[in-house]
Amino acid sequence: MRIGVITFPGSLDDVDAARAVRLAGAEPVSLWHGEHDLKDVDAVVLPGGFSYGDYLRAGAIAARSPLVRDVVAAARTGLPVLGICNGFQVLCEAGLLPGALTRNSHLHFRNRDQALLVERADTAWTSSFAQGQTIVVPVKNGEGRYVAADADLDRLEGEGRVVVRYTGGNPNGSSRDIAGVTSADGRVVGLMPHPEHAVEDLTGPSTDGLGFFVSVLQAAVAA
Amino acid sequence: MDTVELAAKSPEDQQPWAELGLKDDEYARIREILGRRPTTAELAMYSVMWSEHCSYKSSKVHLRRFGDLPQSDALLVGMGENAGVVDVGDGWAVTFKVESHNHPSYVEPYQGAATGVGGIVRDILTMGARPVAVMDSLRFGAADAPDTARVLPGVVAGVGGYGNCLGLPNIGGELLFDDCYAGNPLVNALCVGVMKHSDVRLAKAEGAGNKVVLFGARTGGDGIGGVSVLASETFDDSADGRRGPAKRPAVQVGDPFTEKLLIEACLEIFAADLVTGIQDLGGAGISCATSELAAAGSGGMAIDLDAVPLRDSTLTPAEILMSESQERMCAIVEPGKVEEFLAVCARWDVLATVIGEVTDGDRLTIDWHGERIVDVPPRTVALEGPVYERPMSRPADLDALQADAPPSSSADLRADWLAVVSSPDGADKTWVTEQYDRYVRGNTVLAQPEDAGVLRIDEQSNRGIALALDGNARYARLDPYTGTQLNLAEAYRNVAVSGARPLAVTNCLNFGSPEEPEVMWQFAEAVRGLADGCRALGLPVTGGNVSLYNQTGETAINPTPVIGVLGVHADVTRRVPTGWRADGETVLLLGETRPEFGGSAWAGVVHGHLGGLPPALDLAAEQALAELMVGLAADGLVSSAHDLADGGLAQALTECALRYGIGAQLRVEGDPTAALFAESGARAVVTTADATAVRAAAEAAGVPVTELGTTGGAALALDGLLELPLAELREAWTATLPALFGSPEIAVGTVPAGTVPTS
Repeated sequence: MRIGVITFPGSLDDVDAARAVRLAGAEPVSLWHGEHDLKDVDAVVLPGGFSYGDYLRAGAIAARSPLVRDVVAAARTGLPVLGICNGFQVLCEAGLLPGALTRNSHLHFRNRDQALLVERADTAWTSSFAQGQTIVVPVKNGEGRYVAADADLDRLEGEGRVVVRYTGGNPNGSSRDIAGVTSADGRVVGLMPHPEHAVEDLTGPSTDGLGFFVSVLQAAVAA
Repeated sequence: MDTVELAAKSPEDQQPWAELGLKDDEYARIREILGRRPTTAELAMYSVMWSEHCSYKSSKVHLRRFGDLPQSDALLVGMGENAGVVDVGDGWAVTFKVESHNHPSYVEPYQGAATGVGGIVRDILTMGARPVAVMDSLRFGAADAPDTARVLPGVVAGVGGYGNCLGLPNIGGELLFDDCYAGNPLVNALCVGVMKHSDVRLAKAEGAGNKVVLFGARTGGDGIGGVSVLASETFDDSADGRRGPAKRPAVQVGDPFTEKLLIEACLEIFAADLVTGIQDLGGAGISCATSELAAAGSGGMAIDLDAVPLRDSTLTPAEILMSESQERMCAIVEPGKVEEFLAVCARWDVLATVIGEVTDGDRLTIDWHGERIVDVPPRTVALEGPVYERPMSRPADLDALQADAPPSSSADLRADWLAVVSSPDGADKTWVTEQYDRYVRGNTVLAQPEDAGVLRIDEQSNRGIALALDGNARYARLDPYTGTQLNLAEAYRNVAVSGARPLAVTNCLNFGSPEEPEVMWQFAEAVRGLADGCRALGLPVTGGNVSLYNQTGETAINPTPVIGVLGVHADVTRRVPTGWRADGETVLLLGETRPEFGGSAWAGVVHGHLGGLPPALDLAAEQALAELMVGLAADGLVSSAHDLADGGLAQALTECALRYGIGAQLRVEGDPTAALFAESGARAVVTTADATAVRAAAEAAGVPVTELGTTGGAALALDGLLELPLAELREAWTATLPALFGSPEIAVGTVPAGTVPTS
């Protein structure tokens, strides 16, 4: 299975995402933001970083890059897409996921090992977890505070589209402790925490993050 | 416009050399070199390149001691280049360096600190390496001083903002407070880069006809004359009117996004072998890069200044030459490779422009609007600046200071323990380090609050490196010669307790004004100490940085030699962390404790005392401990190890226990004040499941061992002395910095419907 990892100018965690894909047993495929070429991949990861310097708004320029337009089109027909941190910001800006990510409530960049509650274990990226499972992965962002109008948050919760929620402390002031959400069909997932930084005992606080990448392998095999 | 032709015809013209920071004899020497008065542009170049910051004119005669150290097989590139390069085995090479950005960070904390990180990262990149991590060593005035509340949050945000955006993990550093830094904070940033031996690049211009390419950001009006304004004498403009000529801020403004693109473009350029020489633009901008490249090569260089892309078309040629706009590099490229070079830059959206070429001659010439405005021998600008043997004298107050013996007995061990670990120096640094990305690139094995930062550099072989930065200025104030060696010993020990074999040294020497004989004596003693210490430990000095004029009015900072040590892990999976993770392990103290309180954290925090002599130096004991720790790690015999330094055993035990919330039942021998708070060197506390084996190894290594007790429980309990529940200890340790610098959280308000897309 081939999983694409997009590199934008300013992407930082693309090497980490590619490593996570490899450790999960898939083949990472490097994708370049400026080309209309998805290289026939079976899934796509938008990694963390500061695409285009996060000028204008985090993710705003990347959301209009040639490749992301192709990703949006492919996602509408079921291509599994994972947006991590800046990738989540891009997916929100591109309209694939609801809500927006704003400056952390304490106004600082914050990097910590974060406990998350898995609320949906049936999306393309979370099927290897159990619903209600608590996992630990790093969070690190300056603009990770998830916001949406109350009525929209009610609707998202009602539709079960909150995938992971912060537990044991909210690192950035996100509404209702929301750490990650999914599309209506469960194929597109975005989250602020970094599962690609929790894939090896040597370097991560756990190996819980590997589950996201293993899940999409299973989803692709099933599909 | 002032041209070479005009300068030759108008020798009597008055020039503002004094305003540019030059002394009268320095100006006279420039006239002698050129055989005429310098043009305005030439005067600008000489003034910045002959500044203390660029020329090391006061420190050079002392720094030669490092060059006299025995040759090290590990050193691939020594001092003099942008950074030294060290062989770490398996064909891997590591380059690392620490540099100050003290004065800019005081004037404009965020940008000063951010561009400090940017500058040191470009130095590492210039050597041909991929930058892989940063560290920061910070000093501020008293933690509760109003100006610290202005400077510290901005500096921390700047270090984080720049490094995070470049994708470089911050793996450690220091944060210390002292009144002496109130008007002169220190911001020292370290960067480390990794490459293969064959990838090493040097900063020199060779080959007549080769093109000079300027790439990266456009040149603007920021930071003009920054090195001469900020790093020479005082920058208090009301004192003596010394300011640069520009109306714009003397502190540069950073754009880490551009630097990230520059890094990726450079690494592609190196991989395709497209440059013959490369130099980054930092202090003194184009003046520095062109003159240094030409001076290091065998020929001359001709530059067309009109070709330089500008942000501001009103800049004068002298301003363009002096501008310290960030995120710029200069490369020497063979004509046949220029097209490919420009194509790589275009792919990364990096602006690249040919601005000149290498010539056969021995002159650096710069033209502007068709006229020659610079015509100089480049070596006289870059290499042959003034050198001073400044007068030195032992500080008049030193005898009295050393005679003022510190207190040696604690009236309340428990209260003193809590005071030391909750003091701003001893307290938990999470408030700072949470603002730094420590995970990016996925190779961070240990980061703060560990003793050393540890990185994996090869995912197949698990080869890795360890780095530590230490700079206890209280010891150096009491005795700069011994204090500097104690700092070296601490960094060496920090690397070794992680299980790494120490390999090489870098340094950032922060001192007051070299024009003060007492400061110059401190500086000379520190350099002598570092050289002697390195000789004894068999380590090369790979490079370093000197920051002088760190003083407010007449008062200099305490001498602050920050020493960095690099070590190698043959197998990074064998690294030893500081925290206790398991109950029932034996806690052992390695090394010998003596009642040494001079310059100690306990004397400072509890008694407000700084006096006496620093702890005795025993480098043979340090070496024995390091050998032992490397062996114990390789054999997997210890599950944790923590070096003892500031705050002594009390501080170390606190950090070991709180890391994962595991307490211990312990007992200490002898005088309890010394046992808990003395800062004798060559000590570490370790935990093990096999105390017999560790004892045997320590005995074989000649390292004294004392059994302290057993891990377990929810308190640190010392038989007959005190009991500290971990919850109470954690509260004391963690509350300090957030209480001082924490900003209020913004409440999450209701977002009006329709303002956020909710597809």
